[in-house]
Amino acid sequence: MLIRVLLAAVLAGVAAGVFATAAQSVRVTPLILQAETYENGGGHDHHAGGHDHGTTAGTEVAETDEGGAWAPADGWERTFFTLMANIVVGAGFALVITAVILVTGRTVTLTSGLAWGLAGFIVFVLAPGLGLPPELPGTAAADLTARQTWWLATVLATGAGLGILAFRRQALWIVAALALIAAPHLYGAPQPAEHEALVPANLAVEFAIASIATGFVYWLFLGGLLGFVLDRVMRSEAAHLEAAA
Amino acid sequence: MSGHHALMSITEVALLAEQKIAVIQLDGTKRITTAVFAAVLGVFFIYTAAFSQSMTLHNAAHDTRHAIATPCH
Repeated sequence: MLIRVLLAAVLAGVAAGVFATAAQSVRVTPLILQAETYENGGGHDHHAGGHDHGTTAGTEVAETDEGGAWAPADGWERTFFTLMANIVVGAGFALVITAVILVTGRTVTLTSGLAWGLAGFIVFVLAPGLGLPPELPGTAAADLTARQTWWLATVLATGAGLGILAFRRQALWIVAALALIAAPHLYGAPQPAEHEALVPANLAVEFAIASIATGFVYWLFLGGLLGFVLDRVMRSEAAHLEAAA
Repeated sequence: MSGHHALMSITEVALLAEQKIAVIQLDGTKRITTAVFAAVLGVFFIYTAAFSQSMTLHNAAHDTRHAIATPCH
């Protein structure tokens, strides 16, 4: 069971990663590339090397390559590494969702997989996006570790809250779930000392919407596909057990 | 008569299938072990691609991080 379930999840995640790369190429990636022309003062090769942006206390103006570390060259190399990263993230999301499905002990199908995908979208895109909206390169943001911590806490709280709402009916549980979901937003996401952006506001809005819409389609794809493959693996496992019995 | 038989066997198959699924669901230890493996592996993958502050990993996964709105830079 272990290996086959893990393989099925990874397979769904890899397919979702390929799908994500194609879906992002419609609006999301072109907007990132466009934003970089502002970030680099226009016209510079994005990966030409390190460049210094002024940093004020608590505020970092985002930049792509820092410290002169290796970065993929623009063009196919960059697209290839984005594809690889999308595949790794896709496999990661699929495995985490699979773990939660297994803990609930529920069977899953393509249809219920879509519901899991919707939950994934709410937990991993919508809830953290409320406090930390999708940002283009060249946008001021608060300290990275603080934002990562808030993102993780929001994902965990929203996931736990949704889980309780889905599987518990008592009033006390529901109140606790709503409190969990609201808590990160009442606490507030880390914000930069000053909101400054090198990219025009309309570009930022376009990007946020494109990113969230792409995330929605992506999570439905991932959830549906994961439900489908897990359903098949579980059935064949059951048949195997039956034959052995 | 033979049609009736066929129908019975389909019902039986369906019942058997349900029992098999129940067997899987009851197999708690295996299920939870698999869940733990999946969770650890999944978190490791997400961390590597979307959260590691290594500059090389960051630059390789840059567009992915922006696209899925995980904190970047």
